[in-house]
Amino acid sequence: MSFNKVNKSVKRIDAYEKVTGRAKYGADLKFAGMLYGKVLRTKYPHARILKIDIKKALEYPGVEAVLTARDVPNNQFGVIIRNQQVLAGKETFYIGDGVAVVAARTEEAAERALELIEVKYQELPGIYDPEEAMKEDADRVHKELPGNQVIHHPLRKGDIEEGFARADVILEREYTTQFVEHSYLEPEVVIAVPHEQNSLVTIYGSVQNPYATQNAVASVLQVELSRVRVIQNHLGGSFGGKDEVISSMAARAALLALKTNRPVKMVNSRDESILESYKRHPYRMKYKVGATREGKLVAMEIKAVADSGAYACQTPFVTWRSVVQATGPYEVPHVKTDTYGYYTNNIYTGAMRGYGSPQVIFAQESLMDELATELGMDPLELRLQNIYHNNSITASGQRLDNHKVSLKEVILKAVEASNYREKYAEYNKSQSGDKKRGIGMAISFRGCSLGAEAVDAAAAIIHIQKDGSLDLYSGLAENGQGLKTIFAQIAAEELGIDLDRINFMEVDTSIIPDSGSTVASRSTLIGGNAVRNAARKVKAIIAEFIEEEYGDEFGFKAKDLIFKDNRIYVAEGKDVGDIKEIISFKEMAGKAYNAGVLLSAYGWYKAPEISWDEETGQGNPYFTYVYGCQIAEVEVDTGTGEIEVLKMTAAHDVGRAINPANVKGQIYGGVMMGLGYAIMEELETEEGYIRNTNFDGYLIPTVRDMPEIIPVIVENPDPVGPYGAKSIGEPTLELGSAAIANAVFQATGRRIRSLPLNLERVLIGHSLSKGGNR
Amino acid sequence: MKKIKVNLTVNGKEFTLEVGPKERLLDTLRERLKLTGVKEGCGIGECGACTVILNGEAVNSCLVLTGQLDGSEVITVEGLEVEGRLDPLQQAFIDHHAVQCGFCTPGMLMSARALLDKNPHPNREEIKRAIEGNLCRCTGYQQIIEAIESVAGKGEEEGADYFEWDPD
Repeated sequence: MSFNKVNKSVKRIDAYEKVTGRAKYGADLKFAGMLYGKVLRTKYPHARILKIDIKKALEYPGVEAVLTARDVPNNQFGVIIRNQQVLAGKETFYIGDGVAVVAARTEEAAERALELIEVKYQELPGIYDPEEAMKEDADRVHKELPGNQVIHHPLRKGDIEEGFARADVILEREYTTQFVEHSYLEPEVVIAVPHEQNSLVTIYGSVQNPYATQNAVASVLQVELSRVRVIQNHLGGSFGGKDEVISSMAARAALLALKTNRPVKMVNSRDESILESYKRHPYRMKYKVGATREGKLVAMEIKAVADSGAYACQTPFVTWRSVVQATGPYEVPHVKTDTYGYYTNNIYTGAMRGYGSPQVIFAQESLMDELATELGMDPLELRLQNIYHNNSITASGQRLDNHKVSLKEVILKAVEASNYREKYAEYNKSQSGDKKRGIGMAISFRGCSLGAEAVDAAAAIIHIQKDGSLDLYSGLAENGQGLKTIFAQIAAEELGIDLDRINFMEVDTSIIPDSGSTVASRSTLIGGNAVRNAARKVKAIIAEFIEEEYGDEFGFKAKDLIFKDNRIYVAEGKDVGDIKEIISFKEMAGKAYNAGVLLSAYGWYKAPEISWDEETGQGNPYFTYVYGCQIAEVEVDTGTGEIEVLKMTAAHDVGRAINPANVKGQIYGGVMMGLGYAIMEELETEEGYIRNTNFDGYLIPTVRDMPEIIPVIVENPDPVGPYGAKSIGEPTLELGSAAIANAVFQATGRRIRSLPLNLERVLIGHSLSKGGNR
Repeated sequence: MKKIKVNLTVNGKEFTLEVGPKERLLDTLRERLKLTGVKEGCGIGECGACTVILNGEAVNSCLVLTGQLDGSEVITVEGLEVEGRLDPLQQAFIDHHAVQCGFCTPGMLMSARALLDKNPHPNREEIKRAIEGNLCRCTGYQQIIEAIESVAGKGEEEGADYFEWDPD
């Protein structure tokens, strides 16, 4: 199949604005009469609020409004379970809870006013460990709820007792993971503008999911959705992170804007951002696996507990993805998994790139290597014996028969590109000196898009101007991942025009239908199909019009037309490729306009049917999957515990790479984020307080930490995806931690079952901070 | 509070400003001069998003007080483009897919520009050293390095336009 615009590394259509500094991010916007909003946050993670006195703050010069929970029409919001408070009224549940908000003419005045708000707290004991929260007699984090459990997802397949009875080897291991901060470089920003162009309030800012924010603000204000308009701006990274925290911020800014009747801008400092924004869930996972002596998996039993922190946020869905992926891409006849989320008074947890998969993959792919060691097998061979192929049945009972299950191909390509076999053999020999090397791998299958989480559909609008230039709207949002370029390539491919004729519009909730959230690596697949559908609709209109105008003269039908190179042709002569120009795209647009033909269309795409039984965890949770394999090569300084990741080979089947350079960019970035997760990143919490609230304490990978990264793009077009394309954003970071842990084991003989693999854990086997998880 | 009078050249233009003693260069550039290409990511000099070139050196503008800069010369990302022509680094960032969300991009460009101004042909290690203070969460740095290398690898002749450019 040959393409003109897709499957090519075209340059990003938003790069020019970004390299010149022209791109406007939320913090760069200003409006006439704009005020600055600031949040007063709680002093204690868990406390009763006895009294709030705002009098002095209100009197401070420049202060226009001070609001507390009393001023919030509906103080509870949330995408799944509505229990997150916009402002804490009676009780605070975590250290980032807001207690009051101020709007003032300058940022300084707003900050000064915060100090003048007098709050009387009664500090309360809290629950900071999900294991505590699980206990029958535990205090309840939310008194109105029957217990601390947010969610329990059971999965039952086969007969677990029978399975273990057939096992020659049974291993039981426990793994833990940490809180992780998204660390998007742009801190959160929202500007709420009241009464702009007929909406009650318009929200601008660093919004990852405009519809989620629109829904939250409308619900908090208790107004209809069409009264709240959200317009996205250039977004300085998100990785799942600018969702609920932005909804909360937008609701606060909207309240202040309506109270003062002036635009209100709220910008978080980095410390505020880390203190308030939700994190990746820490998990505690107990894995029990049974296998035959020959290395065939027969049973797996898993109990995973996620710390949801103070609010439900997206815990029910994050843990649900864990359920589907928990056993890894392996055929296991007997499976029992129980995945839980529990409330605590820790910082709340939500969506972050990977979404419940990096935790279980760290556990299960570490476990596979432990099992290989136990069986005296090569970890690669053990995997190859058990992986999914076409027609395999997953743990949730789904037969994988509607797409190419390319796991073996992906693994072997990664093995080849990394020279795995030779290196594995070499590093198995005894190594002299303090520095020891090892190589390790991890593999995964990953459900594309939302699956059984929620309705899965998206919209696009193509609007052709009378000069043939084109406006493209999508209900999914550019987060930095390259969505604008990918969607423009798809529109350009269908209509045969150049990308520079396409003007990509930011999401505006008043123009384009709710397309769900820009999450779950679903944009290319779901949104890409919506764009293609819109383009095909317009193309059909154009073809019909051209036939009417020129069909008789040149003797062709609408279906014979070829759209390319900004022109419209018909095939002529016998040879393939012999074509004759009928009209330029530009001229066509002018003629169509003058003839009164509508050259705009909505595209809509709804994902194929899926199914899920909450009681048994059985069904077809996703309509297609992607497959990945990452191989890490490390050098460990056994004198200091320092790990240097030398090389990461990342092979991913993306279905079809709409833009290969962009796919590589996703791989490089995801691998580095996975590396940070593996060896350095940890939000340090103590009794609900957060110790590292800026990049001096919370370390993310710099260019110095960068290994050689070998991206391997594998393409097996999916029947559903546009041009066969599937997903790449999230699979890239879910594999690194296990691959690195396995490599560290080969290098040192030390199996580390807690993330991150920091100096202490590598050197002495446990962390010196935070209770020293082993 | 006492104001300090400062003469500052920014992107080739001269400004006379009266600033408070605590005003950060970052705020002067963003708020007074509307050069919002300069980004704030952390406020403590750890992320590099606010990097500008100050008297030939790449600095975090959040750590510099404007009141101390009398007679200084500052170049921001907005100053890289000359008469509609992109700096070779800007073009290279576009060509090599070195941009994702774009928030680190201005600072990254300024660190790279400061390096190339001093050392037109740096090796990969020198490039890494120059941008080690610039955090990027999207790209994994690979395509950024490739972009800088593509400019660094070129002969003096091709880069000459910029190197001879005198903002005064």
